[in-house]
Amino acid sequence: MVFIRYMTARLVLPALFCVLLTSGPAYSEGPLDEGMGLLNNKCADCHDLKGPAAATLEDFLSRKGPDLFYAGVKYRKEWLSQWLVSPKRIRPAGFRYSENIKRVSGEDDMVDLGALKPHMALSREMAKLAAATLMSFKANEELVKKNALTDAPADAFMGELNFDKFSGCLACHEIEPEYGGVSGPEVYTISERLQPDFIYSYLKSPQSFDPKTFMPDKELSENFLQILTKFMLTLEEDEEDDEGEGE
Amino acid sequence: MTLINRSVAGALLFSAAFIFLTSLSAYGVDAKLIYRTYCTQCHGLDGSGKGVNTESMSVQPRDHTDPKGMSAISDAQLRKAIAKGGLSVSKSVLMPPWGATFNDEELDALVSYLRELCKCSE
Ligand code: HEC
Ligand code: HEC
Ligand code: HEC
Repeated sequence: MVFIRYMTARLVLPALFCVLLTSGPAYSEGPLDEGMGLLNNKCADCHDLKGPAAATLEDFLSRKGPDLFYAGVKYRKEWLSQWLVSPKRIRPAGFRYSENIKRVSGEDDMVDLGALKPHMALSREMAKLAAATLMSFKANEELVKKNALTDAPADAFMGELNFDKFSGCLACHEIEPEYGGVSGPEVYTISERLQPDFIYSYLKSPQSFDPKTFMPDKELSENFLQILTKFMLTLEEDEEDDEGEGE
Repeated sequence: MTLINRSVAGALLFSAAFIFLTSLSAYGVDAKLIYRTYCTQCHGLDGSGKGVNTESMSVQPRDHTDPKGMSAISDAQLRKAIAKGGLSVSKSVLMPPWGATFNDEELDALVSYLRELCKCSE
């Protein structure tokens, strides 16, 4: 599977890229200018690239994808360039869960899988360019506390107990596939996706980044912020694969 | 005659629009949309507590359509539970605090909306 994906990336995507290069719009010179051209063309319909975040509920609900104007303080560059080549769903119920759920009489509401659409993919080269450009978006830099995490080691057991029971995060987030709530982003891929300082800072005050987000401010103590951030960083996507426990 | 009719209609229309506008600004906020955006993830599309997130939750969200259960809770407690979370009213931590999300007007509107959902009062 990995091999096939690798070969596809190796063979098909460069070919696609050549096609795109010859048929695509002309970008001005300079890699970031070129990158801006790409983002404005293909991404700005759904993503806010300039800020600020939505100030009203109407504006919030009209956005079709996560804000990217502070991408450079949020994501890991390697993850961005890989994910854009083969995007996988991050929020099990889609970006705005409330638009993708349906009533099932007598039972819990369900995600309407038919309402979820796959994300557009980019060629390897385009993805690199997009990632490099996104990493230059440094809004909210002053909100992100640098080197926020202490040296105290993470205690996975206490961390999970805290995430699940004491802080009630599991209600909205999956800590492994199919385990946890579906309205928020999965957290078992967070260590690949996000910068640790961002995770800590977002957790401290989600509304500072996005005043209308439906992630509540759980008013966490410094101790809980440390425990939870470290716990999430210990999670790995493959951990729950029943075969191949050893890395 | 027609002139009078017209001005009466005009005046009526004007005052209707006026009442509509002032009632909007009195409540100022669309509590139904707020509920749908923030609360249905746990409390369910119809408010009965069967949200899309509830499967992994150890305490089930309150059924907001249950007149008996809901009339036993005072408006003040409803407001506190929403603003400060379940723990502040000796309930589950799974009910989050929304004080950083909503202003006073929005909190009041949510309490009124819950009374509409349960068709009950305190
Ligand atoms: C049709 C709308 C749409 C377009 C066009 C689009 N995106 Fe997205 N994007 C989304 C949605 C919706 C998500 C959330 C996906 C999820 O949660 O699974 C998303 C997620 C992302 C993410 C992950 C962000 C996060 O925090 O979860 C990145 C990075 C991203 N998009 C970059 C891009 C780039 C770069 C482009 C242009 C090349 C682009 N997107 C074009 C809708 C779009
Ligand atoms: C009511 C549901 C809800 C609860 C409870 C909740 N979250 Fe969230 N969380 C969300 C949503 C929704 C987002 C995504 C916001 C967005 O897409 O901009 C989010 C985003 C995050 C992010 C950023 C992740 C990313 O991929 O962008 C982190 C980290 C996070 N939550 C951790 C936690 C932790 C830890 C707790 C417990 C203290 C918690 N959350 C409780 C709904 C929730
Ligand atoms: C993460 C899931 C979750 C979300 C999101 C959520 N609730 Fe709750 N809520 C709960 C749970 C669980 C309970 C039951 C607590 C208990 O009985 O211990 C509850 C209970 C309540 C109660 C009853 C409190 C009491 O005194 O018994 C009210 C009122 C309430 N929620 C209102 C809201 C409103 C309004 C929203 C949206 C702004 C909301 N909830 C969003 C999970 C949630």
